[in-house]
Amino acid sequence: MRSDAIVIGAGIHGCSVALHLARSGIEPVVFERSHPGRHASGVNAGGVRRLGRHFSEVPLSIAAMKQWWNIRDLVDDDCGFESSGQVKVAESEEEFDLLKSRVKKLEMDGYEHEEIITRSELKDRIPAISDHCRGAIVCQGDGHAKPFRTVYAFYAASKRAGARFFRDQAVDSIKRAGQTWKVTTRDFTCEAPVLINCAGAWGNQIAALLDEQVPLEPTALMLMISERLPHFCTPVVGATQRTLSFKQFSNGTVLIGGGLQGYVDMSRQQGHVDIDELAINTRTARDIFPLMEKARIIRCWAGIEGVTPDQIPVISPSSTYSDAYHVFGFSGHGFQLGPITGSIISDLVNHQSTELPIEDFSIERFVLAEHR
Amino acid sequence: MIDDSYELLIIGAGPAGMAAACEAASHGVRVAVLDNQTSPGGQIYRNVDRATDSRNRILGKDYVKGRLLVDRFKQCGGSYFSEATVWFLDEKRRVGVLIDDKSYFVSADKLVLATGAQERPMPIKGWQLPGVMTAGAGQILLKSAGMVPEGRLVLAGTGPLILLLAYQYLQAGVKFDALIDTTPQGAMLRSLGKLFEALPAVDYLLKGLKMMLAVRQAGIPVYHGVEGLGAVGEEKLEAVRFDAGKAGLKKVTDCELQADTLLLHQGVIPNFRLPLAAGCEIEWDAQQQNWIVVTDEWGRSSDADIYVVGDGSRISGAEASALQGRLAGMHISFQLGKINAGKLEALSGPVVKSYKRHLSIRPFLDSCYTPSPRYLVPDDATLVCRCEEISAGEIRQAVRLGCTGPNQVKSFTRCGMGPCQGSQCSSTVSLIISEQLGKPMTEVGCIRVRPPLSPITLGQLSEV
Repeated sequence: MRSDAIVIGAGIHGCSVALHLARSGIEPVVFERSHPGRHASGVNAGGVRRLGRHFSEVPLSIAAMKQWWNIRDLVDDDCGFESSGQVKVAESEEEFDLLKSRVKKLEMDGYEHEEIITRSELKDRIPAISDHCRGAIVCQGDGHAKPFRTVYAFYAASKRAGARFFRDQAVDSIKRAGQTWKVTTRDFTCEAPVLINCAGAWGNQIAALLDEQVPLEPTALMLMISERLPHFCTPVVGATQRTLSFKQFSNGTVLIGGGLQGYVDMSRQQGHVDIDELAINTRTARDIFPLMEKARIIRCWAGIEGVTPDQIPVISPSSTYSDAYHVFGFSGHGFQLGPITGSIISDLVNHQSTELPIEDFSIERFVLAEHR
Repeated sequence: MIDDSYELLIIGAGPAGMAAACEAASHGVRVAVLDNQTSPGGQIYRNVDRATDSRNRILGKDYVKGRLLVDRFKQCGGSYFSEATVWFLDEKRRVGVLIDDKSYFVSADKLVLATGAQERPMPIKGWQLPGVMTAGAGQILLKSAGMVPEGRLVLAGTGPLILLLAYQYLQAGVKFDALIDTTPQGAMLRSLGKLFEALPAVDYLLKGLKMMLAVRQAGIPVYHGVEGLGAVGEEKLEAVRFDAGKAGLKKVTDCELQADTLLLHQGVIPNFRLPLAAGCEIEWDAQQQNWIVVTDEWGRSSDADIYVVGDGSRISGAEASALQGRLAGMHISFQLGKINAGKLEALSGPVVKSYKRHLSIRPFLDSCYTPSPRYLVPDDATLVCRCEEISAGEIRQAVRLGCTGPNQVKSFTRCGMGPCQGSQCSSTVSLIISEQLGKPMTEVGCIRVRPPLSPITLGQLSEV
């Protein structure tokens, strides 16, 4: 078969790329190894935050946030998005200084979305928080969404816009003949002038087929959820030097995560929980929210995500071939960026440029390092 | 105090687990048994070593028989931990258990999972109403506290247990208001063909006949072949209704019976959460209409160090389960070098023979009590997941949107994400998907089991 473009991977980024391309008149074929949202995209904590972003990601994150606030206009579904705000707490005076200098640096760059709040302001917002928390950064307008539902909303919207999806189609080979890409999967061969690699934790394997070596580490990021508890916390809460992502949903359940790693079984494409690591996470949650001590945990799981050495993604044209692009390696914080990566790739494909600064996400930072 | 490791760790102290422990311990295997009840016996012999004579009369001689096994188990020399809740098990055979609110990790050379059966969920309209319970819950009350429901009581469903409970209530002097049999018309006739095979187990057949006669003689209304069963009520159960059925030879339509308690039952299915968590291979049994754990003749699963025995692997009843437990105990003793191949053969021969005799009733029972598809795959308006209040219609809608498996449906709808973690809806979800997509169950699969296997507090988890 033939198409205008081939997208590899139907996670949040693959579906977003497919949506924005299809809306611009380029109707892609999407090959998915399993099913849409199978790994990190569908089972992550659903955090939608600008708060605490790597400085390189801030402009993209802010642009993505504008799409999140109007997510229904984009995909005809609210994706379960709730603008509950996000908070990053300092557990010591040193941590509070770190937060303050971060906000100062952001302000110098002209960004005002992160604000410092004092201990008493923090206590006013979240009375259940432990007294040892010294202060926090708050980011109004951030929030959380339902990950699997979001992926499906992007998936369904891009199908309506003309994208074609094929499941259970891991890519076997990629060939370049003249100006044409030829991608072969279990059941299909597809030809197209453009190729986009959105293969998540498998992104480096696809890049390798284009002769680009990226040191991507597949990891199993763990999450756990509690039984329903009376309401005590509205914003999503994170820590500064310990890993934590803590949120209470409107149904009362509390989701605790933050990037601690379980085991990856790449041969079966499964993530498994490492209970000892998980215990580290529960101690952080209990320290910051003492009332969680007696809360019952009902489910833990792990989703497979690709992590880069510098923990920021590859969003980049290929360094070896024209008309090929990479979007992977989000290292545990790609969900919020989903809407914007599609816009960026659509701009690159249609206009060979984007208004957003993506130089820091170039694949060349790894490929060149290999050559050295 | 529990040790860090044992030669053999058995989970479940029902007939299969107790028998496996007795057998292995008798050959010198270092055994520990974890069980979540207060005393050994499992569901079938629950509380048997503490039951009074009057309760024993009500529950009958098959219940009292459990006393022998429990006594032997208590003297077998293995370590037994009651009120022990297994909350973690992974493919590395690491067992996490809560004892006295504290969590321990235990490892073992060999593992026996004997987690028994659970009742097959019966998703009918209104089954989420207070006042609707399972027949098994009714029986637990009877066995552990000698309690019976107050007010107007209706028993409904199919399978041997509902008849047994009806009989036990009559023995206890409880007069219930109706017995509603949802076994499809004609199932009894079709199963007659299997009757010949069942003759070696004629004692089971006679027991069934005796119980049916007793219900008749008590003058309790019995409805057969009932279709369109539902529970009705605003805040709680007020009535039980059904579209059609038969009372004797008379056809009954649009019947409504006032009720305060409805006890539902449509057979039991393996409680296979632990084997699933351990990564043991499962397959769909079309006759029993449930998942079974794949095992060899010794009860060994796809993981050669994990044995899954008793109703937790495939429904076979208490006596067959105990024999299967013994076979596993022998084979493990052999594997651990406690007995040689000759002794294994000599010991197992008569047990295998007896095991086969007890199994001979199963084809007849399975064919007789195969639940009606109408009560397995409910209509759109009926709730499938009561924890998260997800209806069959919402599941079908998720499938139309592109979810092709139960885990996608779970992620999309929250079905199976509540406190019971899918133990009450998993097979219904898979059956709905299987029917809608025309895909065989083995291909559809089931909702994955996630730790913890039973809830654990954040504080307990912090201390592991």
